[in-house]
Order: sequence, then C-alpha cells, then structure tokens
Amino acid sequence: MTKRPPTPTPETQPYWDGAKVGELRLQRCADCGDAYSPPRPFCPACHSRDVRWFKASGRATLYSYVINHRPRADWPRQPHSIAIVELAEGPRLVSNIVGIPQTPADLKIDMPLQVVFEKLSDDIYLPVFAPAAPSVTVDNP
Amino acid sequence: MKRASTAIVGAAETTDLGVIPHLSNLGLNADAALNALADAGLKPKDIDGLACGYLNPADVGEYLGIYPVWTDNTSVGGCSWMIMVRHAMAAIEAGLCKTVLITHGESGRSQIGGPHYDFALPGTLADQFEYVYGWSGAATMFTLPVARYLHEFGIGEDLLAYPAVVQRQWAARNPRAARKNPITVDDVLNSPMIAWPFRRLMCCLVSDGGGALVVTSAERAKDFPHNPVYILGAGEAYETSLSGVARVRDPLRPEFIRTSAELAFSTAGLACSDIDHLMVYDAFSHCPLYGLEGLGFCAYGEAGDFIREGNTAPGGRLPMNTNGGGLSYAHSGSYGIFLMQEAVRQLRGTAAAQVPDVKTSLCHGWGGFFSACATLILSNETP
Repeated sequence: MTKRPPTPTPETQPYWDGAKVGELRLQRCADCGDAYSPPRPFCPACHSRDVRWFKASGRATLYSYVINHRPRADWPRQPHSIAIVELAEGPRLVSNIVGIPQTPADLKIDMPLQVVFEKLSDDIYLPVFAPAAPSVTVDNP
Repeated sequence: MKRASTAIVGAAETTDLGVIPHLSNLGLNADAALNALADAGLKPKDIDGLACGYLNPADVGEYLGIYPVWTDNTSVGGCSWMIMVRHAMAAIEAGLCKTVLITHGESGRSQIGGPHYDFALPGTLADQFEYVYGWSGAATMFTLPVARYLHEFGIGEDLLAYPAVVQRQWAARNPRAARKNPITVDDVLNSPMIAWPFRRLMCCLVSDGGGALVVTSAERAKDFPHNPVYILGAGEAYETSLSGVARVRDPLRPEFIRTSAELAFSTAGLACSDIDHLMVYDAFSHCPLYGLEGLGFCAYGEAGDFIREGNTAPGGRLPMNTNGGGLSYAHSGSYGIFLMQEAVRQLRGTAAAQVPDVKTSLCHGWGGFFSACATLILSNETP
C-alpha cells in the first residue's frame, strides 16, 4: 500500500525540500506582509515579486473536516479524515489529522494542532497535523 | 448586458437517461443536440454559434455538421453550461453570432469515450496540495466546510437529510426520475456513510446523459415552435481553484454566490420575492442550503429549517428542484444543463411535476468545489 506522492514543480520545490527536513515552509510578501499558500513566486494579494520563504510555526487549528469512509485504492482500508486546518500564520490548508481516533467525537472543531511529517517516499514528506501537546497550545499568557 | 435580449427557443435532454451503454461522451452530446434542434425546428446549417464543455467545440461541430463562427468552451465544472448561456447572451448582443447551440453529454456512469476528468494530474497544485490528502472524489472535497457550517450555526446532521427527503417527493411525480420511492429522514441518516457527515442518500446519483439548449435573440424568438423562455438576467462568479476549497474566503457565507446572484438580479431588475420556481444545483445535500442562503432566499444558517418546514416541497411557497434534482433525478458529473432543462419545462408548462402559474424561474449552479458559480433568471413573459 503506497499513497501516491505528489510531483513538485520548480515553484513548489522549496516547500517539499522544507518538509523533507521537518519544516513547514510558507511564503510571505515583503511588500504587503501577506502570508499565503500554495507557493508561487509572487504575492497573490499585491503581485509583488519580492516574496520570502519562512519556516512556519506549524501550529494550527481544526477548521472543518470529513471522515472519508471509502478510501482511495492507494490508501489503507480504514476511514480517514480529510480536513481544512487554519495555520497560526493565517492560510488554510487541506490536510489529514493523525494520531487521534478518526471519529466525530475525537475530531473537535477548533482543536489545536501541530504539524508532523509523514514519509511518502525518499523525497516526499507530507505535512499532516496531530493534536498539539499541551505545552504547544499555550500562547503568551 | 441587457434584460431579456435573448431567449431559449430549443431545449431537450438526451433520449435516455441513467445507464446509456451505446453512446460515448461525444455521442451523448450529439443525441442531446439533435433533440434540442428538433425541438427548435432547426437544422445544422441554422446554427452559427456552438458551446460545449471539456470537448473541443471544433470536434463537436464537425461531428454535428455545424460550422460555427463563434464557440465557447468554458470548462469550470458543472455550472459551465449555465455560464455558456451568459456568454451566448453577450455574443448575440454583440452580433458575433445569431443562433447558439449549447450542448452537454456525459457518460458519467458508463465512462464511455473521453475525456474523463482528471483534475489532479501529477505536478498540478491540486495534486500537491489536495489530492495527496486522500481526495476520493467530490464527496470528500465539496463537503469539506460543512462540519464547520453545522458547528457554527448549531445545526444537527439531520438537517442535511431533508433536501434528499423533499426532493424525493418531487421525483415521485416524475416518471423520468431515477429514484422515485419515498424516503424518510431516518432512511437518509441510516444509509451507508460516505464521508461523515455525508451519507449515501445525501450524495447525488451518477448517471449517463446530457442536454442541449438553443439560444437566440428575443426579436427572433417568437418564430419558433415553442413559447420562448426569456433570459432576464445572468451572473457568474469565481472563488478559488477547482479544488481550492480550503481557500474559500468565507466558507460559511461564500462571496461568489452573492456576487453571481446580484449580477443576475440586477440585470433582471427582480428580487427574490419575484421568483416563482427555483433550481439549485444539488451535487450534495448541503448545496441547496448554501444556495438558498447565498441567493438571499434565507438568512445564513436558516436554509435547513426552511427546507425542513416544507417551503420547497410540493405545495410549498418556493418549489425547488422539481425534477427531483441531482439527488433523485439524474447527475452525470456535471449537472448544470439538467436544472436549466427543468426550468424551461416549468416555464413552458410541460414539466412532469408542473407547478401552477410559474412565470419566473431562477437557476443556480456550481463548478468545482466552491470554485465557480452561475445564476440565471428565466421567464415565459414577454419582456
């Protein structure tokens, strides 16, 4: 059972390079400050080409999800979440919630999450999200 | 764009619906086109504008013996054929062509002939940022914001069952509907889980079929066999990439639905209170809720109760999805053409579940997963 890994392009390669070393990388516009996803070599808000990669905190909350009861042929035969997570930096991503039973009772809307990386191939480590450890959820009190 | 500058003068679906093992995608387009041209009393030489989705319009033109001087190949998901109506209005107003054939055919169930959609080819952003998370068809993507919707508005999962129950009441009156037996809320909630909170009966059918329309100027429209269906207003709007559902700006109150509706209502010079009949694209049972709210028929978070109370059911004050919808009538993967066909039938007075005295019908459709949408306001009254 091997999940189909994605095929990076030159514009997205730094994202996948980051994931391989355990970093969730985003881009931010140096002109207007917008942080965005997916990657591209310009800012979608103001079209500045002065954009910088940075290491995101990896913190997120669970915005919404489904529990897929008919997994794709290249996935394990168990129900799995497909979620929208909201990153601390703002952008929302599609992802999976892991490390927790895949039930509506366990997957609570707004629960704090932390990025972890799932190896799909030698080159591809997929950013997915697990419940945040309590120490991670404490914002500056 | 002018109010009622154009009209639908021909409309028909494929001869068969459901399982059609003897026709390809191209063949279904042609079958629908021949039926619509016959309905309009036209021959191939009468068509100078051709619109179709996903297939190359030059390929469809040659197959049908049509030599157009204008084409449209909008392919942004299921509402594309509704958007083609709006584009045809503009083309006819501008004098680019006189008589447009819009055709759709899709071997959604039998998968005969091409193209078969692959929205997440390797190297696309959809491949890298959505498909890779186990996207298993529209049921796992178009539905993604709905748990949030239920949570924020304090709504139970049972409200996702009512659209299916009510539309089955309409389908029971329609011999051509695929599913006609009555169902209850419990039946829907106890049907197999597809992608929580969506059960099988909250998800559309997968059918073979299609349909076609003929659009021309309002001045010429009275010279055809059937009473014209005037296009009073039309809107289209876009929100994200086809699978960019995570990036909808406001997933509970999507802006693009309001934008498209405002374009259509402002061109038509009408408001929700002027609409007699409604068709809202229902790939999944949350779609009518989002449609009723975004179009302005219900406040946000209240459409589920509106449907539960019977307002859209037979005898209700706002009859909706009167063919049975994608949930009970037919759904080939792209449904936009089918809801326009039912609106035309209602406005001609020939629907299987005919609503009395329909003068205005509003059609609203989606493309992709909160990616594109289109709104049409149609009427059988002379402008």
